[in-house]
Amino acid sequence: MSEQHRSRIMERLRTGVPPTAPVESDFSVISEKQWPLSERLLRLRQRLESVNGRVHECGRDAWVAELQKLLAGRKLKALMYAPGTEVGDELDESWDRSDSALPALLPALEPDTDIRERVFQAEAAVTGTLGGIADTGSLMLWPTAKEPRLMSLAPPLHIALLDADRIYNTFWEAINQQRWAEDMPTNALLISGPSKTADIEQQLSYGVHGPRELIVLIRS
Amino acid sequence: MSQADFRGAASVAVGDVQLRGNFRRAMDGLMEKRAAQFTDADEEGRLRALGESIRSRSLARLPELLEKLEASCKRNGIQVHWAETTADANQTVMDILKNRGARTLVKGKSMVSEEMELNHFLEAEGIEALESDLGEYIIQLAGEMPSHIVMPVIHRNTGQIAELMEQKIEGAPYTEDADELCQIARKVLREKFYRADAGVSGVNFAVAETGTLCLVENEGNGRMSTTAPRTHIAVMGIEKVVEHLQDVPPLLSLLTRSATGQHITTYFNMISSPRRPGEVDGPEEVHLVLLDNGRSRIVSDPELKATLRCIRCGACMNHCPVYTRVGGHAYQAVIPGPIGKILTPQLQGLDERGDLPFGSTLCNACVEVCPVKIPIVELLLRLRAEANSPTGDSSVKGSGAKRDKTEALLWSGWQRMHASGKLYNSLSRVLAKTGNLAPGFMPPLSGWTATRTKPRFASQTLHQLARKRGVPDE
Ligand code: SF4
Repeated sequence: MSEQHRSRIMERLRTGVPPTAPVESDFSVISEKQWPLSERLLRLRQRLESVNGRVHECGRDAWVAELQKLLAGRKLKALMYAPGTEVGDELDESWDRSDSALPALLPALEPDTDIRERVFQAEAAVTGTLGGIADTGSLMLWPTAKEPRLMSLAPPLHIALLDADRIYNTFWEAINQQRWAEDMPTNALLISGPSKTADIEQQLSYGVHGPRELIVLIRS
Repeated sequence: MSQADFRGAASVAVGDVQLRGNFRRAMDGLMEKRAAQFTDADEEGRLRALGESIRSRSLARLPELLEKLEASCKRNGIQVHWAETTADANQTVMDILKNRGARTLVKGKSMVSEEMELNHFLEAEGIEALESDLGEYIIQLAGEMPSHIVMPVIHRNTGQIAELMEQKIEGAPYTEDADELCQIARKVLREKFYRADAGVSGVNFAVAETGTLCLVENEGNGRMSTTAPRTHIAVMGIEKVVEHLQDVPPLLSLLTRSATGQHITTYFNMISSPRRPGEVDGPEEVHLVLLDNGRSRIVSDPELKATLRCIRCGACMNHCPVYTRVGGHAYQAVIPGPIGKILTPQLQGLDERGDLPFGSTLCNACVEVCPVKIPIVELLLRLRAEANSPTGDSSVKGSGAKRDKTEALLWSGWQRMHASGKLYNSLSRVLAKTGNLAPGFMPPLSGWTATRTKPRFASQTLHQLARKRGVPDE
């Protein structure tokens, strides 16, 4: 069925679409958005905070300690993480397992269990990012086999780690510089704050389906 | 189905004070937020020009780009289906579900699925299709149509939503706290995301170059619907394709800033393939259904094809004085407001919805904000002319359907009168003497006088007055 439809639609388009002069697109209005690193950082931070994201800056090797400080006393039982990723390995190495005020580390994957079951029950998850976008206050994520897609979506608290020197000016700049078009992953995401809705009489509400809270640790 | 009637429904809606209040407040808020996003007129102008160029380029190369999109998707493992009509598209979705043994599905927001009336179709087939966008979920509970393309339940206030949820959701308490209402919905829908066999979504942009389906949303329900179930079916109109990945960022920026005044939405979800070997979540199968339903006809008209540049931001309705006063439901169409007035008659035919292009003041507010610069007013005028076409032989479906013989006769008389000085003079003199005798309470004048005072002819014509003052008569 689909084949016949295809050929009829294509036939109509081929005979119907009038030939036009080539249309040029001028991207300069985006490409000229350039800020020094310090301003990129500031913009990203302001944008994220304006939509209820929480941002903490820390030294390159201090992020685990910073995270422990943030989570101590929050009464979380477990923090889901992705062993075998850069973030996961650093957590494994430095997490203070003796402190009972801290959540236990919970690996995202367990042999023979459905990730959905685990992740839908998790209270919090920590992931890495591919970088950030100053213009819109966004995090770029490419989930992987080790760090599944649902980690940044199902738990009520999402913690993301971002390297300050990977903050791009614009999304357009990031996809061009990182050459995304050459090889797209299964799923690429921009995340700009916690899940939200304004469907009920335009009142802003967080955590309707995804995380209610987004914490971004920026290390530089 | 009885003939839809915008004029009748609009007069009823105008009398609903509650409804008008709901819309007025919401639209004022949305206009303000958009204005705050575009404070630099130069940036706004250049970005809109860029958006227009991208969408025009996509449409100019539509056949080639659709083939490219299909090839890229196939290469990535996405299965592509083509559907000429909404009935075909529904059947395609049903066949996929059957093949996969799927009985339940969750849906992300999709205007094309509304156009298909997919939920009704699936229900009749015994499939449970649950809307998961909060607004869509609420109107599904109410059995209503969306009244706005971005904010589907904008016609209801919090109290009305609270009442509905208390009635329709088992165990839900009455609360007017928006956070609590959201959490009630979250609980119901979480369970569904977890268990649903399939997820259905729309597509905001489909990238030909990479075979990527892009989804724009704030809630995360779109990501849920396209990640948790084993099967993902995306439905899109064939016009939604863009050429390059780098074409996406400007359109995304225009879309979210024009729609709700956000720099960007919480999630921008780009799907390029089903689950790959080794990956542990995401659907095992991804299907893309490409729907024509009249679009290939629209794109063949050099002027009307601009209609298909639309990126469904809703700014035209937010700024429309008519929409704000009558609300979305009066249009009796899936897409209301200015864009609906030009799109619906072209999709359904002027014979069915020729009423819509006439329900406009042509004030141009929509054109001034449209991020892809669709000349909505010009297209309204074109469709009015098409509706009155004497030949009816145009590519527009139902062309000539609104032509009225008496009206046409009247206008040709008007034309003749103005072409001849003698005829004009004698007729205007007669009207100055006898014109006021026409009874205002009877048709045709009653159509005007029902809500306005009757205009009166002056006792002397302009020519007579001018002559008295000594203006030389040529
Ligand atoms: S016609 Fe323009 S303003 Fe209206 S929804 Fe489409 S893109 Fe937005």
